[in-house]
Amino acid sequence: MKLFLKVWKQDGPENEGRFESHVLDGVSEDSSFLEMLDQLNEQLLNEGKEPIAFDHDCREGICGTCSLNINGFAHGPENSTTTCQLHMRKFEDGDTITIEPFRAKAFPVVKDLVVNRSAFDKIIQAGGFITVRTGSAPDGNALPVPKKDADLAMDAAQCIGCGACVASCKNASAMLFTSAKAGHLNMLPQGQAEKDSRVLNMVAAMDEAGFGNCRNYGECSAACPKDISLDYIAKLNRDYAKAKVKKVFS
Amino acid sequence: MQSSLFKKYLMALTGIVLVGFVFVHMAGNLQVLLGQEAINAYAHALQNLPAPILWGSRLFLLVCVLIHAITAYQLIKENRAARPRSNEVEVTKRAGWSSLRMGLTGSLMLAFIVFHLLHFTIRTIFPEYNDLKTTVGSPDGSEIHDVYNMILAGFRVDAIAIFYVICMFLLCRHLAHGVSSMFQTLGLRSESWRSRLDLFASAYGWIIFFGFSIIPVLVMAQKYGLVTCLESSCGSSCSANL
Repeated sequence: MKLFLKVWKQDGPENEGRFESHVLDGVSEDSSFLEMLDQLNEQLLNEGKEPIAFDHDCREGICGTCSLNINGFAHGPENSTTTCQLHMRKFEDGDTITIEPFRAKAFPVVKDLVVNRSAFDKIIQAGGFITVRTGSAPDGNALPVPKKDADLAMDAAQCIGCGACVASCKNASAMLFTSAKAGHLNMLPQGQAEKDSRVLNMVAAMDEAGFGNCRNYGECSAACPKDISLDYIAKLNRDYAKAKVKKVFS
Repeated sequence: MQSSLFKKYLMALTGIVLVGFVFVHMAGNLQVLLGQEAINAYAHALQNLPAPILWGSRLFLLVCVLIHAITAYQLIKENRAARPRSNEVEVTKRAGWSSLRMGLTGSLMLAFIVFHLLHFTIRTIFPEYNDLKTTVGSPDGSEIHDVYNMILAGFRVDAIAIFYVICMFLLCRHLAHGVSSMFQTLGLRSESWRSRLDLFASAYGWIIFFGFSIIPVLVMAQKYGLVTCLESSCGSSCSANL
């Protein structure tokens, strides 16, 4: 395959970015999108040019490190797929592909296509955990969890924190991420004790980081590689209202 | 500093009040179809509610509109700041026309409300509407404001009738996203209810559209001789040039 690539190039967080055009020939349609970028970087190195920086790690769709806005779609046009699991057979020979970083004020560009997603870590640090004695694993079934709750909690826990929800949202809102992380713990018995403080603190951290507001477009869920449902946003809204009311009257 | 979710609740809660209000307003308006007596009596009764109730309701609605508009402005400002640079290629996977243009349709509705109040409630645009008096529909035989003929006169102006219908269409689109969105914001929506609530919101929007638009459309249709269902009995007071 021969591809015409339009890639975002930015030297550092303070620099102005720009698009650079490259032609890449001999791309196998069996290669993944990241392998295609590896091939491009090899070509750039051979030409004595600087390679393009992009994030990647597990390359099997479970770590949430890869990002990229591909032709306007976070993680590319395929549904329920991360960039590393996107294959070049989904494109046509001769295609022009525009590759941009995830765009959000809360995700500043580090270099080229790499963005700093530590705003998500701040949200997790604010309440995306359970304060328990760690140590040996508890006995199985020591704490019964209804199957339905376990399934719903697992659906939310699937979130890999990649930030596609923020990148696809017209308002760069982090509601899907925050709601999945808060919802996951709020649905389990272990998470009940800190349920209220969790939602209040996580939402505060989310606002603090400069993410936008949810306008119920549903773009986040459509872009999510793990298909996290908008139900978790509704649940976060509900849990937050309850926590706020309890706080006011406590 | 209010949290993002608090602002969203304000949008949803004031939205519910306004959504309810437009329905009651539409149901009240439809009495035009019952004839001059029904609508005049209804309007007269509303205008003569005890002052605390009348002005309390008006103030409450005004406050709701203001909170809804000001909060929307704040939210939009924050949203723009949250994404200072948009994508080179901007695509939309799921969001519909209405949901993406709530700011536009909302701003136009705000302008419409101002015009509508000046047109039919405060009547500064056509002060001659104040002179329309009748005893039809009056509870005690005294002269009351002839709302029926004011509406007929108001919509006999082509541009105004078309403007009202267009505005009601924009309201319909605003409601199509707003009504389903308020359930989500208040946390009262789940995947199994989503399609039903979306359908309800869409139906609600269209009911409001048709309920409000039927009156200007009928007045226009009558003006051009297509129908003769609206009886005009205002005599000399509503001349053709009104």
